[in-house]
Amino acid sequence: MPSWPALASQAFNGLALGSLLALVSSGLTIILGTLGVLNFAHGALFAVGAYAAFVMLQYTQSFLLAIAVGCGFMLVLGFLLERLIIRFFYGRPHEDQILVTYGIGIVLVECVRAVFGGNAQRVPTPSWGQGATQLGFLIYPTYRLQLIAIIATLLVGLYLVLYRTSMGLVVRAGIENPGMVGILGINLRRTFLLVFAIGVVAVGLAGMLYAPVVAVTPDMGANFMAQSFVVIVLGGLGSFPGAVVGGLIAGEIVSLTSAFNSSYSEVMLYALMALLLVLRPQGLFGSEGRV
Amino acid sequence: MNRPRSGGLRSHIPELAILATLIAAPVMLPHLGFSIDLLTRVLNWGLIGLGFDILFGLAGLLSFGQAAFYGVGGFVTAYLLVSGTLSSVWLALAAGTISAGAFGLVVGWLAVRRIGIYFTMITLAFGQMAYFIENSPLSHYTGGENGIPGVPVPVLGFGEHAIRIGAGLPMYVLFAVIFFGGYVLARRIVRSPVGAILLAIKENTARVAMLGHNVPAYKLAAFVIAALYAGLAGGLLGSFQSYMPPDAFSLETSGQLVVQTIVGGANTLIGPLVGAAVWLWLRDNLQLIPGLTTLWKLVLGIAFIALVVGLRRGICGEIIHWLTERRTLSARRAAEAATEAIEAGAVKTASSRARDTALPLPSPATGNGDIALEACALARHYGGLKAVDGVSFKVRCGSIHAVIGPNGAGKSTLFKMLLDEVSPTSGHVLLFGSQVTGHGVSRTAQFGIAKSNQLNQLFPNLSVRKNLRIAALARRRGPLRIDLLRTADSLPEVEAQIDAIMALLDLAARADTPAHILAYGEKRRLEIGMAFATSPKVLLLDEPLAGMSPSERAATCALIRDIARTCTVVIVEHDLDAIFGLAERITVLYEGRLLADGTADEIRGNQRVQDAYLGGLHAHEPA
Repeated sequence: MPSWPALASQAFNGLALGSLLALVSSGLTIILGTLGVLNFAHGALFAVGAYAAFVMLQYTQSFLLAIAVGCGFMLVLGFLLERLIIRFFYGRPHEDQILVTYGIGIVLVECVRAVFGGNAQRVPTPSWGQGATQLGFLIYPTYRLQLIAIIATLLVGLYLVLYRTSMGLVVRAGIENPGMVGILGINLRRTFLLVFAIGVVAVGLAGMLYAPVVAVTPDMGANFMAQSFVVIVLGGLGSFPGAVVGGLIAGEIVSLTSAFNSSYSEVMLYALMALLLVLRPQGLFGSEGRV
Repeated sequence: MNRPRSGGLRSHIPELAILATLIAAPVMLPHLGFSIDLLTRVLNWGLIGLGFDILFGLAGLLSFGQAAFYGVGGFVTAYLLVSGTLSSVWLALAAGTISAGAFGLVVGWLAVRRIGIYFTMITLAFGQMAYFIENSPLSHYTGGENGIPGVPVPVLGFGEHAIRIGAGLPMYVLFAVIFFGGYVLARRIVRSPVGAILLAIKENTARVAMLGHNVPAYKLAAFVIAALYAGLAGGLLGSFQSYMPPDAFSLETSGQLVVQTIVGGANTLIGPLVGAAVWLWLRDNLQLIPGLTTLWKLVLGIAFIALVVGLRRGICGEIIHWLTERRTLSARRAAEAATEAIEAGAVKTASSRARDTALPLPSPATGNGDIALEACALARHYGGLKAVDGVSFKVRCGSIHAVIGPNGAGKSTLFKMLLDEVSPTSGHVLLFGSQVTGHGVSRTAQFGIAKSNQLNQLFPNLSVRKNLRIAALARRRGPLRIDLLRTADSLPEVEAQIDAIMALLDLAARADTPAHILAYGEKRRLEIGMAFATSPKVLLLDEPLAGMSPSERAATCALIRDIARTCTVVIVEHDLDAIFGLAERITVLYEGRLLADGTADEIRGNQRVQDAYLGGLHAHEPA
């Protein structure tokens, strides 16, 4: 039985990882819910985001500025991918969509590898996030606390876009019934383009924000993608609240399990998914019969 | 087209071509940059690919978790050998293969319940799970990130005469022999009834279930077959490089298999092998060129995207397409011309149908007058809407029974409840006195209730004969049967039945025409014929005459009368003239309730029915 401070510290780690997974999975789930495309390039885009932060930081020396420029870059990348490739796949079988996005993922990762090489890069923690903070009952790295706060803000922002704007209404209606939205005469082309780009920016931001915490390598996104699949299976396909809650649950499971036995931390996550598939296959927030 | 019924050399050309290639490869290909070890590796990938192609190419199930079974097979084999539990490599290989199959059974049981995106995500997630299990909790056995070194090579024979199968050519020969065996077996599976059903599942899953096949079980069978192939290949990998690497479990491995299959061509069996040859050749040879060291995978990725966007068939698929296209082009042109002629009305619907076609079906076991099908207080509510509200009626055995009513009367919902396609809110259905409701649509089909749909549910890329075969196999083989070694067309009584039904449907001349090329009226007849080919006790026809020309209607009515001589028919139709000509008893629905039930004459004279139709017309729709 681990000590209480260790457990509390792991709970905070779980919160940090969970909020990160929530951001990654939100991007995945709104693309899936609206466009019907499961984006297998999501992991690669996470890595691209981390490298964008790495490059921009060298030019701008300011973490915030680097992130702002990086977001612009991800937005453009999202627009290009949608216009050049993804949009031709809306009418094709899911298998084709999965295959083409997987191919995009390979190309993105290999481009990164070709430019930066395969070795791990270090992104320094921003000046305002150095050191640790005394929380009373435990001392915790400052940047991770800020990470939780920043991502929470971003998720609230995404919530406002999805639930308080007319585009968000179209997106949510599209998740419920894509055919009906088209019948109502709403032009989905622009919405699809925007949603894909927002999803790409979300996962790119997650990569940028996480870059100071981990070693940045071309393949760093693969495991995050697999975990975000688990998250959206937990939360229910296409559900934004499901992605947020599922992300937090997944983060806590991985972290808390490792407080007891670190070798089971990842395994527990997948075991939970298997259990949920048997007991509640539509996920926590999914409705029956959508898939 | 060719119908290789009893084998013959011609139907074994693929096997012979593979054999010749496997023999020639180590002589010819080293000059092109393929070393013997590279060829052995290609065969190893090709072996997993055989199973994966049955899962993905044939059944259409895209798994991103094959690495799990490759790894399980490999590590179980390697552990048993290195720990000294087993001394025979062959026994260890068998144990590893079976372990992978057992793991496939568990993962598949969870995965096949879901379709499309869900299936792919679940297989990927379980692949990752296996990777982490190998890496941490089981690292005491598997060596974790270090893998298991020192895996011995197989030995042939015993004692002094034993031959160690060393690296290089002997290992290639071993892999070639195993691959060839695996290929022959895989090809038999593809040509077996199970293979035919898996292909039909890819074309139209819902219809396969409706015909009475246990779809999840067949998918699971394909999943386990794929896992067994992967496990065997994993076991061989350890012996080949005398080391079992943990990256056998990685997501990269699963992804590489998928890419190789697409590049080589899915649903060709040898596609994955060819794709692996391309992948490994590029890797080994581009790496030698200065400046391209890291770019080989980028090149491959771009080529892969181009293949997915443009040429879906892959290398082998394009070659096979090119070869068969030349052979069958004239036949297809002729079929399309025939379709155009029928749709232009140039061909009189031939009524030369042999009226005395002996249908190879058992006569209804019970005599006329018995109740074949009984609906007991069936109701279906959608929220506050009562689509069907407490409808009861009885269908006499051997009769043609019609269900009519104005639009929105609840006919289609009632029909769907009769075969448990939609489960009733309350009430139940009895077939010859035994309960049907609650068993699901495929069990109901096995009990003997078949339905032809309002909208055609065919297997569009399969020929008329194969469409009917999927239907005819259903009740004859039962919901599930794993007969992997017989060919799909080797049941003489099934083939005789298909021939008789094609004659009855007037489609004998179209036996080898793909269903999507048929004219509309022909497709409707095939839709009915497929339901009939399951040899049902009760056949439900949902608007069989919809969209037909007057002459086609007459021909179809004659067809229905022929069918009704061997089974009980329940029919929903808007064409009242046709109904009064066909049906002996009629049930009238109005706004979800039973309005009248009686003989055709009683219904014709019923004042309430007339009011309902006329009133309904005035109230709801002017047409």
